[in-house]
Formats: sequence, structure tokens, C-alpha cells
Amino acid sequence: MTGGSSAGGRDSSAGPVPLPMPKFAAAARTALADTGLRRDLRADAAALRRRREAAAGELGDWQELREAGRAIRDETLLNLDAYLERLEKSVTEAGGAVHWAADAAEAARLVTGLVRATGQGEVVTAAVPAAREIGLHDALAEAGVTVHPTDLAELVARLGGGRRPAARPAPPAFHRDRARLRELLARLPDAPPDLPDDPAALAAAARDHLRRRLLSARVAVCGADFMVADTGTLVLLESEGNGRAAVTVPDTLICVAGIDAVVPTWSDLEVLLQLLPRSATGDRMSPAVSTWTGVTPGDGPRELHLVLLDNGRTAVLADEAGRAALRCVRCSACAHVCPVYERTGDEPYGPRGGGPIGAVVTPLVEGVESAAHASLPYASTLCGACADVCPVKIDIPGLLVHLRGAVVESRRRRPVPTPELVMMRSAAWTMGEQGRYEAALRSGARWARLLSRGGRIRRLPGLLGKWTEARDLPAPPAGGFRGWWRARPRSGGAR
Amino acid sequence: MSSRERILRRVRDALGEARGTGVDVPRGYRRRLTAAEAATRADVVAMFTERVAARRATVRHAGADDLATSVAAALWARAARRIAAPADLPFGWLSELDGVHAVADTGLTDLETLQGLDGVVTGCAVAIAQTGTIVLDGGRAQGRRLLSLVPDYHLCVVHADQIVGTVPEAVARLRPERPLTWISGPPVAGGPEARRAEGGQGPRSLEVLIVED
Repeated sequence: MTGGSSAGGRDSSAGPVPLPMPKFAAAARTALADTGLRRDLRADAAALRRRREAAAGELGDWQELREAGRAIRDETLLNLDAYLERLEKSVTEAGGAVHWAADAAEAARLVTGLVRATGQGEVVTAAVPAAREIGLHDALAEAGVTVHPTDLAELVARLGGGRRPAARPAPPAFHRDRARLRELLARLPDAPPDLPDDPAALAAAARDHLRRRLLSARVAVCGADFMVADTGTLVLLESEGNGRAAVTVPDTLICVAGIDAVVPTWSDLEVLLQLLPRSATGDRMSPAVSTWTGVTPGDGPRELHLVLLDNGRTAVLADEAGRAALRCVRCSACAHVCPVYERTGDEPYGPRGGGPIGAVVTPLVEGVESAAHASLPYASTLCGACADVCPVKIDIPGLLVHLRGAVVESRRRRPVPTPELVMMRSAAWTMGEQGRYEAALRSGARWARLLSRGGRIRRLPGLLGKWTEARDLPAPPAGGFRGWWRARPRSGGAR
Repeated sequence: MSSRERILRRVRDALGEARGTGVDVPRGYRRRLTAAEAATRADVVAMFTERVAARRATVRHAGADDLATSVAAALWARAARRIAAPADLPFGWLSELDGVHAVADTGLTDLETLQGLDGVVTGCAVAIAQTGTIVLDGGRAQGRRLLSLVPDYHLCVVHADQIVGTVPEAVARLRPERPLTWISGPPVAGGPEARRAEGGQGPRSLEVLIVED
């Protein structure tokens, strides 16, 4: 488990994933110091914001679609048990096998077992958002299975030497980083010896390598954006087409998806297939969308396994307010409008994913006992941009405030009160009576003026100093409003 | 207790009283293009043409009588020598080929053979004007998914009456039990805009031949 910090205890997933997680502000320092990363994040976020806005604005019925999307997701969540059972039935009838994983460790164990049962020593992965959450790559590697991730960003991140793939590695910048990319891609065993450094040749080298991997794959692990309960259809949207190859070429396909990815009916896709691509990448439709139902004789895999993953999702469902977070269709639109995310990227939010929705989901799953998880609801300015763009109308700022309340509540009964609580209690006492309040104001103003230089206070003493770490405080005026009010001349008859 | 039972029980416990509440889905969104967007069939075809082209795909038009000539011309322009074709591709489509060998997929064609081909010719199930998408469902003239995945060039014949306006119209026409591939331009790799590069899997060249019957 997370080193020393107990994680809520609601979910007993002793998975291999949880790293000792630092508080958000501390974790963000690395990202903040990386100017290259910040430039990429800023450029990507700006581009995606523009694209999303154009793609959503082009439709005259965007708000109606959002409203329908919200309702479809709510209907799913409030009847999740029934839809999961229906999904299991329809997938099984279509020739697939359904497996249930209560936590990350069980999911990793299930997938590993399924891969080993095929007798193959190699597996390709394509578009598996849950891979990091369940520690899939490490689990497969420990079982002696060679994993070939086929997402381009992941391939490049791996070539760069990262043992554990980053949260969601940023896609490579072919046009800017060509020298570094050339060096990395030249490490591929099948790279041409005289690999030039023009973007097209680099992209082609990466593509050819991944293509060889995908076309020779016998077993693949993929994700699913949606699972249709009525028909058992699995749906995968993507840009790169790796998933399209992964659901077509191998003999065995293992699909890993959260239990929240279920949707009731096939016709619900008419809404979600409009909301998701336009929100995620600003595409009218993702370049490649694959849907498949069980197995089709003579076309594609002969064996289909679907692993349904809980791993804390039911803990989110149990929070009456927080449950709305499970409407999420993982478009990342909230991240791309977030002024915090734009500066830090995914990493500081932890393995369940970043951005405003990550700051909501992680503490809902893990609880707010640990300082790291408790820091996430504060990783926001509450500007509200995320709620405006969310295609399924999740009130993310509202949930962040709800969670901040949970953080304060959870610390109220600690034997040693938090400094904030001490301060709030003394403020409550001070403000509880006019005389106390005015006395405090007078002495406060006097002290503050002693600390000021040139009308500004650069550093407050003690714990209050945290507030001035990032900003100056203007010195208060000599006489406050109350003094002025009392001293003003009373002109009897004037209105 | 199995994990299945555990998860279902957790879901039921989590929902408590709220469990089983039905939510009405307000379906006030548009199912068809508005008259302003497309007043006639020709407008729908024009929108499809424009939006497919916006996805870096080539679009050509042909009449029913010069379809075979257009297919031959497109393949000639690519200097294609050997192409893949679904076993049930209408014979007439390839009747004008000159110097191009069509390998009919009997379901036995191996991967190596497919990789050695210069392209593939297929039909489609549905096309969507609003998004510039073609959808293959493995039905008539489309073959299995591998066929349209492996070759680097895909020539897709779209009959004008297969083009619908919107995503809801397409979803209503398609059959979920079939394996579907929705293609909206060639695949892209990398980040948004300046960081996008051609790459990814699937044919890097997509050509759409619209047949006005």
C-alpha cells in the first residue's frame, strides 16, 4: 500500500500500483520546473481548447446532446447492477467470456492468467487506459510475458528509458523534438540504420515498428470506451488505429474496462459518439472507431475476454454527491481548460488520471485521510471552466468543494488539531463578539503596519507565512472603516 | 463469495435507496440535418464530400455507368499492381482494370500476401455527411476487417444513397452484432495540430469514390 499513509480503507485493493504519493503541490514541482513539458502542455491544451470549441460550437444542438448524455449516464449509474448483469449475458451469448475484478491486483492477475493460458509469451497492448491503474505491465512482466505497448506516446516514453510508463505520456512532438526522437527511434531493433530526422520519416519508422508488432500479435489487450448492455457491443474510439489492429489481428482479445463504461442501449451511442470525439480531440468523429460484439466467425479474434474492473468505482458510487463523477466518459476536456492542469500535467494527480476529474475521483476512491489524497481537491482555482465544457455535465467545482468539506470534516476530530482548524476556531471566537473583533482589528492593523515596507507586506510571520509565499499583502490603512464611521461628522438633517 | 457477487453487492449497497431509479433521457437533439444545413440530397452529398476531404482523404465522383472506369483510373494513378478485393465485390467494379491484378479474399489470404498488396477496394455500409465518416460492417463488398486494415491504400466506393446526414441516422441503420469499423480519414499519431503526424495503423491513403446513381 501507499507508504505509511492509509488510504481511506474503503477499498482494500492491495494492488501493486499505489506508489508513495506526495502531496499535489510537492508532486507538481518537478513538472513546474520542466520548461519543455510546460511549453508542450500549454500548446496542446490551447490547441485542444480551440478544436473542442469549434467542434462543439458547430452543432446547433450541443446543449441538448449534453443534457441527453448526462441523463444516459445517470440512468446507467442508478441501475448499474442490472446493466452489468445484462451486459454479462449479452457478451456471453455473443461468444465472449466475462470476468469480474474487484480490485487492481485481481484485474492484473486475471489478465496475466488469460495471457498465459494462450501459451503465448508476448502480448500487445493498445488503448488500455486502465493499464497504469492496475499495474498491468509490471504484472505481465513478472509473469514472464513480454509486453509491447503500441500507443506511440508510450513507445517513445519507453525508449526514453522510463521503466514505468508515465501517467499518460505526452504525445511526441515530431516537428520540434526531431533530434531527440531520432535518437530514441534509432534504438528500435528494426529501425533503418540511416534514419533521417525529418518528421515524416520518424513517424513512419515508429509506425512500421508498431505495425510489425501488431500484425504478428497473437494476443492483444485493449480498452473500451463504452460497453452496450443490451447488445454486448464493445466500442473503442481512437486516433492512431492501434486498437483497430488489436481488435482485428490476434486470435485472442482481452478487453479491460471499468464497470462504469457500460451504457444501456445501442441507440445511446448516437449521443455519446457525438459528445466524446468532439470533446476529446475536437474531431467530428475519431479517425478510427471500432465496435465489436462477441466473436465473429472468420473475422477477427476467435476468443474474446472482457474483464470488468471495479477497483474503487463502487466507492465513488456510494457517495451520493460524488457518484456524478462516474458519468465521466474520459474525454479530458476538463483537463485542457484547467489552469492548474495546464501547468502540471497528469503526473502529480496520481495513477488514476489527472485534471479536475482526477482530483475528484482519486479522493473519492482512496478517501481523504492521507495528506496526498486530501491535497487533490485543493489543486484547483474553482474557476468553473471544467463544468462548462464537461459533455456529461459533471459539476466538478461543486464536487471539489464537497470534497474540501470532507477533508476538513475528517480532521475535525484529530487529537492534534490542524493549524487551519486552530486558526478558524480562534477566528470564530474573535468574531463572535464586537469588542473582541474590534480590538483584534486594531492590534492586527498595528502589527501589520510594522511589518510592511513601502505599503506591502512581503512575509507574514509563522504559519501565516505560507500565505505570503506566493504573494504580497497590501498594508492595511492606519484608520479602518469602523474608525472612520464613528468619527464622521453627524450632519443632522441631511439625507 | 466470487468477485462477481462482491462487485454486484457493492453496487447495490452503494446505490441504496436510489437503486433502480429510472432517468428519462431528454432526446431533444437533432436526428437529421436541418434544412439550413442540407435542403436536398445533393446538399448531403456535398457536405459528405467536403468533410471527408477535410480529413485528408481524396474524394472523387462517378456516375453508375463510369464507376468501373473511375476505379481503374484511381488505381492507375496510384500505380497499383496488385490489390485486394472482398470475394463478393461486384464484378463490374473491377471490369475496366488494366494491368492491375485483383486478389479476391477467400478468407484464406494470409497476412504476408496482404502486406505485399498495393491497396484494397471495398464498398461500405453507411457514410455520414456531418462527420465525414465511412462505416464498414463486413457486409456486401466489404470483406473481413483485416482486408481493409493491412494494405496502405483504401479505395472505398460509396453509393450516394448510403450517405446519411447525422450520427443518429447512421446508428439507426447499423447492426450492432456486426463488427463495425468507422473510418474518418487516415489515422493520425502524435498530439494535436502542430504535433500531429501521419502515422498510426490502417491505410495511410484513403480515397472515396462517390457514385451518384
